[in-house]
Amino acid sequence: MSPDAHPALAHHFESLEKQAHAARLGMWLFLATEVLLFTALFAAYAVYRYLFHQTFADASRHIETWIGLVNTIVLVTSSFTVALGVHRATRGDGKGTALFFGLTVLLALVFLGFKAVEYSHHFQEGQLPGRYYTYGEVTGPGASLFFALYFLITGLHGIHVVIGMTVLTVIGIRSALGAFSAEYNVPVELAGLYWHLVDLIWIFVFPLIYLI
Amino acid sequence: MSPSPASEALVPQRTYLNAPATGLRSWLLTKDHKRIGVMFLVATTVALFLGGLFALLIRIELLTPGPTIMDAMTYNRMFTLHGVVMIFLFMIPAIPSGFGNFLLPIMLGAKDVAFPRLNLLSFYLYLIGAAIALYGMVHGGADTGWTFYTPYSTTTVTKVTPILLGAFVLGFSSILTGLNFIVTTHTMRAPGITWTRLPLFVWSIYATSVIQILATPVLGMTLMLVAIEHAFGWGIFDPARGGDPVLFQHFFWFYSHPAVYIMVLPAMAVISEVVCASSHKNIFGYKAVAYSSLGIAFVGFFTWGHHLFTSGQSPWDAGIFGVLSMFVGIFTAVKVFNWVATMYKGSISFTTPFAYFVGFLFFLVFGGMTGVALATVSLDIHWQDTYFVVAHFHFIMVGGVMMAFLAALHYWFPKITGRMYPEGWGLVGAVLVVLGFNFTFIPQFLLGNEGMPRRYYSYPERFWPLNVASTAGASVLAAGLVLILVYILISLRWGPVAGQNPWRSRGYEWMSATPPPPENFEETPVFTRGPHEYDDSAEAPPTPTGEPSHVP
Amino acid sequence: MNELFRRLLFLPEQASDYARRVDHLHYFVITTTMIAAAGVFLTSLVFYVKFKRRSDDDRTPHITPRTIHEVIFVSVPLAFFLLWFAIGFPQFVELSRPPQGAMDVYVQGKKWMWKFAYPGGPSSLDALRVPAGRPVRLLITSRDVIHSFFVPQLRVKQDALPGRYTQTWFNATKPGRYEIFCAEYCGMGHSSMLGELVVMPAAEFDDWIANQRRGLAQAADAAPTPGEGLRPGSSLVAEGRRLAGEQGCMKCHSVDGTRHIGPTWTLLYGRSEKLVTGKTIVADEGYLTKSIMDPGADVVAGYQNVMPTYQGRLSPPEIAAIVEYIKSLSTQAIRSGPSEGPAYESIPRK
Repeated sequence: MSPDAHPALAHHFESLEKQAHAARLGMWLFLATEVLLFTALFAAYAVYRYLFHQTFADASRHIETWIGLVNTIVLVTSSFTVALGVHRATRGDGKGTALFFGLTVLLALVFLGFKAVEYSHHFQEGQLPGRYYTYGEVTGPGASLFFALYFLITGLHGIHVVIGMTVLTVIGIRSALGAFSAEYNVPVELAGLYWHLVDLIWIFVFPLIYLI
Repeated sequence: MSPSPASEALVPQRTYLNAPATGLRSWLLTKDHKRIGVMFLVATTVALFLGGLFALLIRIELLTPGPTIMDAMTYNRMFTLHGVVMIFLFMIPAIPSGFGNFLLPIMLGAKDVAFPRLNLLSFYLYLIGAAIALYGMVHGGADTGWTFYTPYSTTTVTKVTPILLGAFVLGFSSILTGLNFIVTTHTMRAPGITWTRLPLFVWSIYATSVIQILATPVLGMTLMLVAIEHAFGWGIFDPARGGDPVLFQHFFWFYSHPAVYIMVLPAMAVISEVVCASSHKNIFGYKAVAYSSLGIAFVGFFTWGHHLFTSGQSPWDAGIFGVLSMFVGIFTAVKVFNWVATMYKGSISFTTPFAYFVGFLFFLVFGGMTGVALATVSLDIHWQDTYFVVAHFHFIMVGGVMMAFLAALHYWFPKITGRMYPEGWGLVGAVLVVLGFNFTFIPQFLLGNEGMPRRYYSYPERFWPLNVASTAGASVLAAGLVLILVYILISLRWGPVAGQNPWRSRGYEWMSATPPPPENFEETPVFTRGPHEYDDSAEAPPTPTGEPSHVP
Repeated sequence: MNELFRRLLFLPEQASDYARRVDHLHYFVITTTMIAAAGVFLTSLVFYVKFKRRSDDDRTPHITPRTIHEVIFVSVPLAFFLLWFAIGFPQFVELSRPPQGAMDVYVQGKKWMWKFAYPGGPSSLDALRVPAGRPVRLLITSRDVIHSFFVPQLRVKQDALPGRYTQTWFNATKPGRYEIFCAEYCGMGHSSMLGELVVMPAAEFDDWIANQRRGLAQAADAAPTPGEGLRPGSSLVAEGRRLAGEQGCMKCHSVDGTRHIGPTWTLLYGRSEKLVTGKTIVADEGYLTKSIMDPGADVVAGYQNVMPTYQGRLSPPEIAAIVEYIKSLSTQAIRSGPSEGPAYESIPRK
């Protein structure tokens, strides 16, 4: 390690570049595990959709598609603002990053707000998983399964949204305080990546649950 | 080879054991991969003896056809805990997180793993997961078997949720370790270590890590689904609500079959190193051994269905899963032949690690081929869920993984501690373990043939003699393990100083000081030969076949 | 030869032609496995003896494989493995395709007993009678958790899954009595969930089942009074269990040992119960009958009396059937002693 090494360089790396490469690779692998976490639920969804084709189609028509659509637009927009924030970081504009990340967190809050409205609808209607299911309009063996999977998938996604918001907030504040520069902004980039994943998963969830 | 009679003066002044500090705090908050590895080794060894205690209690219970020392409920908890402790707390982390952590960066000529803090987190997740699982064990324990089959696991009155949660957390420990190793292997190799000069240990651990990060999340999700269903009745696997209990089995084995390779591949990693060092000879087919690890990791993902042959699977499914399972056998066979061929024209010293290597070879071939036999579909119908299956996987798990663990423990004991274990006692221990193991599990093969289903608390009297034989064998095995523990503990303090390279091994890890300093090498080493090369030409400059180092 | 191998490997006797063929594959596979394992082990030893380390300065040659070596390493085991598969897989296909005209038997696993029902009657608990030399198809399901129907002598096993039927079949050629095990772990009584397969000479079986069905028909002719809903031809225990389900007993009483609104029936018969009055009473036939007719008379300590009376709602034979069923939960289905071979309710009791 040369004496004028960057302060962010850990002792066991030779160069900042190598360290950034390691961090990116690590993040991508982590995202792969995240995708597989959801894959289990998607696989369960696929199996039960195949077994209870009609019931699932009916159940999917009894949830609020417009909320899903609005949320999709909100999330796609948030992905755009995150990308802008990351772009700012490569220019060394910490304040700009903080601004765009802040916007993203706001959009995430909007998303969660709509989700809360939607959940309260389900609670009122009795569209609940397993033994709590009391909804009268869709019956039959697969119906409660649809909502079990609905809550599992959207719930797990919601948890990821919250984690993403936390990460963006922390990184945004650190950006505003000038922790990153044009040379060193890997954490900003990785936070952005994570948010894109959260968005991407929703892009799969929306058609699976609301549309088909 | 006997340890070199070295004086205390040969011990390096500054090692990872005494630098930067020696206090408890400096260990608990360390980011040094070697210390984390050692802590993992200690923790997993405790788990090994805990799981072994459960195993002994099970064997004692089965000494007579009726109740012997416990009731049915206790017995069911016992075998569940035995499985959970041995698999999640010992087998999966022991070699990768223990020896892998210690050795992988040294073998790569790196100062540490890519993410040292994550590495420490991984250790604490292990402890937290273990603590949650232990809480569940003390407060009621689960009686589901380690496979948690639904709907039994979702309807049982025992406390299955803490154990599921514990396994979930342990899964994340495993994922983080795997992630760390992959990134380390890709980005932190020292100059001269090309992909074709990677030690075979690293290749195998790398393949293990791939499985860890790809399969474990699915298990995590599946265990969560069972926990949610058990606690809240969401009905995902409940037939009364349209759920499919067999879907659970698919999910479970999608992880748990590859998990077998999470356990076995590191064992193969150890053996590849031990065979070269014991024969003082280059590995016969480097590429074959290296790539077959990746092959096992890959094919291992497509064999899970062979656990479901009796669940009403269609012949199509069964046939495909059967054939794919055989490819794992092929990759394993390639490794075995290459290990044996490595000894040809070698210069073999009969040390304790070598004794375990020979035991490993026998158990792996026998256990592996009975595995292929189980994949021949029609035989599996008779053997499924009998003691034959129990004996088969214990041949791989205990006969394979534990032999390798013990081989690794003896082979790298000087590297880790700077001291030597007593070679004579080491061989006595190895003989006891190998014989005890055979006496424990060969009767179980026969019990399975005879038709005794597994997880039986009481059994018809015709199964009696073989059960007695098995229990007798288990006590020999236990005695062997206790003996090993005793002399290892004694050697920690009073063992003779080992010297820098007691085995005269050419492995990269022996190029650093023994025990290594905190940063592994005084300065970044440059490697000019392969890791398993023992002839003089190996000292020559890098062969032209070696690809230039690149970062993929 | 067959007999020698069978005994060496501790295999149970072969009660069907299929079992014999599976065993032949077994012998082949195990012999190859043992030869391979011993071969590898011995080669290692020979190599050790020949290439023992003589001095610390031993030099070893650098040997690497030629392609042909690796090809042999792959192809030899592959050839064996595929050969095994080529023999074993058709056997599995055969087992999953029951022949036309096989006799059907419905099998239901339940914690911790097996119930067998022939279409057209009768039904039985824990004992399955089949004719020798004729194919029998089993349609298997479960009432609660997963069980697995296993007859070692037939080399046949099939999981019993709740919520769906699976099937398997066999053609037992050798009359005799064979064990039925549950092979999938199902809880406390897993190892005592035993049954018996009785393979009868075909003619004897025909007589037996004809008798059974005649009994059923006569009972139908006799036109039992409503309420006397016993189905002759099946065992009292089986009837008791059916009635207990229909009358709603299972809403409050468990049969798996768990405490519910009322005391569990498992191991109830013969147990000493402490009553709310402080008295202790042994739950015998008299007590059980009395409690069904007049639930408030002797309430067990720790329970509320919320049970309605069944006086007039159940006929005496029906009550007897339920009592028999409760007895069976103490005597056969769950025993804590060593298993002395199969336990079953002999069919039928008239």
